[in-house]
Amino acid sequence: MAHTVKIPVPALNKEITVSTGLFINNEFVPSVDSSEVIQCFNPATEEIIASVVAGSSKDIDVAVAAARKAFKTSWGKNVTGWERSRLINKLADLIERDAQELAELETLNNGKPVAIARDFDIGDSIQCLRYYAGWADKITGQTIEVDNISKMAFTRHEPIGVCGQIIPWNYPINMWAWKVAPALAVGCTIVMKPSELTPLTALKLSELVIEAGFPPGVINTVPSLGSVGGAALSAHPDVDKIAFTGSTLTGRKIMEAAAKSNLKKVSLELGGKSPQLIFESADLQQAAAWSALGICYNTGQDCTAGSRIYVQDTVYDKFIDVLVSTVKETVIGNGFDQKTGGGPLVSKAQFDRVWGYIDAGKAEGAKVVLGGERRNTKGFFVDPTIFTDVNSDMKIVKEEIFGPVLSIGRFKTEEEAVALANNTTYGLGAGLHSTDASQCMRVSGLLEAGTVWVNSYNLLSNNVPFGGKKQSGIGRELGSYALEEYTSVKAVHWNIGEKLQWPL
Amino acid sequence: MTPTFTHDFNTPVYKGKSSFSTGLYINGKFVEGSDGTTIDVINPTTGKITTRVAEATSKDVDIAVDAAQKAFDTTWGLNVGGAGRAKMLGKLAQLMEEHQQELSALESLNNGKTFSWAMNADIPIAIETIRYYAGWADKIHGQVQETDEKKLTYSRHEPIGVVGQIIPWNFPLVMMTWKIGPALATGNCIVLKPSEFTPLTALRMCELIQEAGFPPGVFNLLTGYGSTVGAAIASHMKIEKIAFTGSTLVGRKVMEAAAKSNLKNVTLELGGKNANIICNDADLDQAVSWAVHGSYWNHGQACTAGSRIFVQSGIYDEFLAKFTEKSRALKASKTWDKYGPDSYQGPQVSKNQFDRIMGFIQSGKDQGATVVLGGDRNGTEGYFINPTIFTDTTPDMKIVQEEIFGPVGVVIKFEDEEDVVQQANDSPFGLAAAVFSQNITRALTIAHRLKAGTAWVNCVNQIHPNVPFGGFKQSGIGRELGEYALANYTAVKAVQVNLGYIM
Repeated sequence: MAHTVKIPVPALNKEITVSTGLFINNEFVPSVDSSEVIQCFNPATEEIIASVVAGSSKDIDVAVAAARKAFKTSWGKNVTGWERSRLINKLADLIERDAQELAELETLNNGKPVAIARDFDIGDSIQCLRYYAGWADKITGQTIEVDNISKMAFTRHEPIGVCGQIIPWNYPINMWAWKVAPALAVGCTIVMKPSELTPLTALKLSELVIEAGFPPGVINTVPSLGSVGGAALSAHPDVDKIAFTGSTLTGRKIMEAAAKSNLKKVSLELGGKSPQLIFESADLQQAAAWSALGICYNTGQDCTAGSRIYVQDTVYDKFIDVLVSTVKETVIGNGFDQKTGGGPLVSKAQFDRVWGYIDAGKAEGAKVVLGGERRNTKGFFVDPTIFTDVNSDMKIVKEEIFGPVLSIGRFKTEEEAVALANNTTYGLGAGLHSTDASQCMRVSGLLEAGTVWVNSYNLLSNNVPFGGKKQSGIGRELGSYALEEYTSVKAVHWNIGEKLQWPL
Repeated sequence: MTPTFTHDFNTPVYKGKSSFSTGLYINGKFVEGSDGTTIDVINPTTGKITTRVAEATSKDVDIAVDAAQKAFDTTWGLNVGGAGRAKMLGKLAQLMEEHQQELSALESLNNGKTFSWAMNADIPIAIETIRYYAGWADKIHGQVQETDEKKLTYSRHEPIGVVGQIIPWNFPLVMMTWKIGPALATGNCIVLKPSEFTPLTALRMCELIQEAGFPPGVFNLLTGYGSTVGAAIASHMKIEKIAFTGSTLVGRKVMEAAAKSNLKNVTLELGGKNANIICNDADLDQAVSWAVHGSYWNHGQACTAGSRIFVQSGIYDEFLAKFTEKSRALKASKTWDKYGPDSYQGPQVSKNQFDRIMGFIQSGKDQGATVVLGGDRNGTEGYFINPTIFTDTTPDMKIVQEEIFGPVGVVIKFEDEEDVVQQANDSPFGLAAAVFSQNITRALTIAHRLKAGTAWVNCVNQIHPNVPFGGFKQSGIGRELGEYALANYTAVKAVQVNLGYIM
């Protein structure tokens, strides 16, 4: 049954109202054939805060049909770049207006601190939308000189069509913005499946979509289980493109489904086991700060988490000292508490997973130099945990943990460092800390990662591309590059001088 | 304390008040000119004074340049990231939209164009232009070039620094936004001289620019004469780039001054004597309507005016009859107060222009062309000229060769496609041209052969902020609008970092 729910925010003595239906054609509606619901939890209290309609594969059909109709009539080539720009800017303005409430909702469902949700997650999302609004009237093709006699050749950069977008739970609003902004800017319509763990802000943002004035069907939001809605979108014969951010495991399934159905275009942002290299010339204090950011930000629930650190022998002991005392300052707690730097993990499943890795680390013989102790309180809180004396075969070194768990190894030479860093099937991010410019250039050239941070980590900009090499992904988000993921190039050969004789 | 101009608009189409300073705008403040003199601003509808504005001298140019340079080194230039510049430009567009009616009324009062043209064309184009360039501000990309692994080689697209901009009186606000949009988006600081005839909307914009949050010194406005202020800007040793829109005659002087001073980068948007080619297989009624727009939009005061109308012999008589009728029906308004939705034509901008145009009309008559319509003044008050059509011309006549900049169309019969392309291209100008034909191959082939910066097919005078605009030959240097304009305000620096070569 589709209606609204009032979610209490105890810390602030208020309520936030959220529509709980599926958002299709600018309306919140019940499922066409299912009475399933998705329960949303507050990971700091482990309590259920709301239930929303769980979309079925039939609901996905309805949403795709709505998106297709909009693409053919009120969006796609039927709307100018200036109008798209205007609407996306309006949406950004509305999000800015409601930033505080959206942040509180994000904190309730995801756990991250309110101030971070508001100033970083939502602040960056607003910027992202405005950035792509600025691209909307600048989608240019080329005119191409062939021979100046027979034809006029040019390319049109057309919108691909109906795009399925599946986003994760670690940055619900920010991931939503990264996906919708470039797709809308070039004229695509969207069926968005937010994570079943964190659908609430996507539903709240859908209200703003109506207020901004987007025609019905341009953006549709269908909370659903990955195995239901996600699978349906990936295999749908009338979806032209699917964009997914999540685990590599699920990414494979999506690509497989795309291949087996209609060969829809696929872009993937998957996992990582991103390394940071600390060379002896590095500013160790700074390197430690960036390393702490790399593993503690968002409580380690970041695809680019710098979860492996390799330190040059000559500065190893000193760096460990500085790093441990830096990371120790991190406060993991309730997102509504002003002192909190990082919230709980998002769910029981993630909590159990991360603890599984910590236990495995201990069992495989790695040494705990910080953390590693359960809190035994309510809420999925995990304190930063640092392992040393690791080797490349350990689970904690090979697999993506997605929590505040760091493995630290050592190296002698630059060659060894690069080899250790690249010894992974992932290739999302990498960091290096060194004051030797030639080394910085060499190493950044050799690291097999889509983003390399030199003397920094983790911080992205909306106009700089982001994506993975190897099994961390296909395609790029952000920057002008994201536009290509939603654009289909048509070449037009327009005869202006050629008369054909047949047979030739 | 600089004087304030206050005007109460009480008209059928707009009621409201406008009030703003009439001083020079330097370093975020309104100031008197160094010599304390003023310039009279005339209402072309009545010939009477509207107000006086401060007059700048070359001393004021020096002061403005210093303020602009200081801002560039501290609060603008590369001290503000693209996103910051984008935000301010976005805010400026928003403020312009909030004051759209007021700006339209001021433009109409000062330039003479009807309120409805200003409101529905000029000011919306101006707003869209600022909005368009706001979107570019955080997308200024250089390149990384592949050389080898021992080097990092890349280019930076940096702002130039202090740029001088001189704009004309025919589309005052639009011309201002075409200039400041790309310059501010790329991080430059500006010293801008509006036309001495039409400074009012530029002055009003100064307050909006301030409200939008641009730091003092980023934008400076100097109202003054071309021969003093314009010349000082063109020859200033500390201005690294000048952009000018106006007559080809003055454009030469600007370029000469730039060459003689510090070889500053020059872009010019100059005159045109634009061909409008109408083939036998054109949609005749459409061609007539567009031809009227081409000749009389803005009272013919458009650099793109389709002032040479070539009509193929098969449809010549019918075209001429219909074109004459449509031109005759254009309604002129006596005072802009009476502008209603069906008003089309206002006065020419000044006595100077009026005399010039009447001089051309006389020369047409003297040289033996036939006046099919108009050829005379409308009324006795204000600078109104009736829509005028000449036929039976020869290529060497003044009215065929030279830019008139008034509501005067010359209709020329042609037979042969080859011949008309040659005639169309036989001009020192090359700003714009138009082709009318329902046969797309013919239309495109002709369009591609025309030596013009814009070739319109089955339309005329259409402008979009994202489509480049500029002249071939003596109609100009460089392109405005679109991504192309960014290059005018960008200095490319190549950085080559040696990371492995040992000498």
